[in-house]
Amino acid sequence: MDYENILSRKVQDLQFSGIRKFFDIAASYDDVISLSVGEPDFKTPWAIRKEAIRVLEKGRTNYTANAGLADLRIAINDYINDRLHVSYDPLHEILVTVGGSEAIDLAIRALIDTGDEVLIPQPSFVCYGPIVTLANGTPVAIETSVENGFKLTAEALKAHITPKTKALVLPYPNNPTGAVMRKSDLEAIAEVIRGTDIIVISDEIYSELTYGDEEHCSIVEIDGMKERTVLINGFSKAFSMTGWRLGFAAGPAPIVTQMLKIHQYGIMCSPTMSQYAAVTALKDCKKDIEYMRGEYDMRRRLIVKGFNEMGLDCFEPEGAFYIFPSIRKTGLSSQEFCEQLIEKHRVAVVPGDAFGKCGEGYIRVSYAYSLQHIKTALERIRLFLEDLGVL
Amino acid sequence: MTKKEKLVDLLRQDARLSNEQLAAMLDTSADDVAAMIAELEKSGMIIGYTAIINEEEFDRNSVCAFIEVRVSPEIQCGYDDVAAVIAQYDEVSSVYLMSGGYDLAVTIKGTNLRDVAMFVTDRLAPLGGVLSTTTHFILHRYKEKDKMFLKNTDERSLVSP
Repeated sequence: MDYENILSRKVQDLQFSGIRKFFDIAASYDDVISLSVGEPDFKTPWAIRKEAIRVLEKGRTNYTANAGLADLRIAINDYINDRLHVSYDPLHEILVTVGGSEAIDLAIRALIDTGDEVLIPQPSFVCYGPIVTLANGTPVAIETSVENGFKLTAEALKAHITPKTKALVLPYPNNPTGAVMRKSDLEAIAEVIRGTDIIVISDEIYSELTYGDEEHCSIVEIDGMKERTVLINGFSKAFSMTGWRLGFAAGPAPIVTQMLKIHQYGIMCSPTMSQYAAVTALKDCKKDIEYMRGEYDMRRRLIVKGFNEMGLDCFEPEGAFYIFPSIRKTGLSSQEFCEQLIEKHRVAVVPGDAFGKCGEGYIRVSYAYSLQHIKTALERIRLFLEDLGVL
Repeated sequence: MTKKEKLVDLLRQDARLSNEQLAAMLDTSADDVAAMIAELEKSGMIIGYTAIINEEEFDRNSVCAFIEVRVSPEIQCGYDDVAAVIAQYDEVSSVYLMSGGYDLAVTIKGTNLRDVAMFVTDRLAPLGGVLSTTTHFILHRYKEKDKMFLKNTDERSLVSP
């Protein structure tokens, strides 16, 4: 059969993510030390696992309501209220999804008609552009740079707004740069958005992993922004629950209602056992989150110091669990750097250009690993730089 | 957690972290770390640094045993004297006073089964105050000092989003 003629042109033209490509390369070597994962090394806290076991024992294995368990939506609202001091109607403004990724997909599909533009600050996670393309929209990259701490600035935002602009993705704390938007940064963005019909899709999956004295701030906390924002978060990173596939969206009822329609046809409901366990996560696991954040913070300082000492200048990340050092001084491209590093010294890191063109010249390094693992990897990278003659 | 508690926790995880690395993680200076460590050592809270060896890999012939020792306590010094005598032998790697059905838990290391057996029968059992011993040989190690002997416990894929 001629599958090329059968399959959707749009889908065939879509590229596999650069992360995925690099996974294939890394998997072809033995004894690789990886600093490439985007998931916590901690196991899901025991209280959460225990609740899932209890629920299974009780035989609670049916569908839940499409939008998710009422108890969970109420707990999500309490959680948002506790962290952001903003309230939603749990029954009409909160939707439980299969990971944050599904929530992003739903929000974009609910908003976008053919030709609508979606603004996407880059470097950023790989899913936004392809989802917009699949919805027949046009992804528009807004490049951020180290000079601005990889933050989105009001000027850059203004320069990219057109009459077709429908939505702005706000991916902070950021994967891969570790950049965060503080309250004053968000106020400047809100100032630009408030006078328009642009909807903000705020992907705050790393919100619990914000370091320093200032707490995470969401754009929904800024005056006039809640009514024009779909807030997205989930359990994967904060609670170390990647495999449970659970996230949520909170936003204005008219938007969430349309998202629910797509979710109802495509998914039915999020995994039932995960939903019950998530109620426990939100109610009983604040201490676990704090412990994990403390551990990440120490590793963050260790690895930033390690890279800066090796002369790979590293912007100080304030969120997530990645650093994004520049590798320009090696004279190699991001792809070349990563391929040679894994080939010669068996360390896997992800090329920065996987996260947008402006990620060229950088690498994404994850510190969701034990101290010993990080130290060994740093030693290998040092040897690589010595081989290259830049150290 | 105080800074000192965090420092101890990090040293428990990895005593080979340099003072500079510890300082970066604790957001302080290397001098401060050196001073805290000196204080911990001086006060006897840190009594030494050692490597955790996978004995099964390092020396396939070595044998370790865990011995339950029942002791008759002495009027003046309780269990301390007997424990001190047992602890001084090079073969003995740990001695604990226990609650429950026996009194001292002793781990010993030898180059073969016979070594260990001889140590128990010739040295340990005849000691004054020792009422009885029960010897358990260690067959396999899974975890020691918070470290797993199992390989590849990280089930995450090499690269992920």
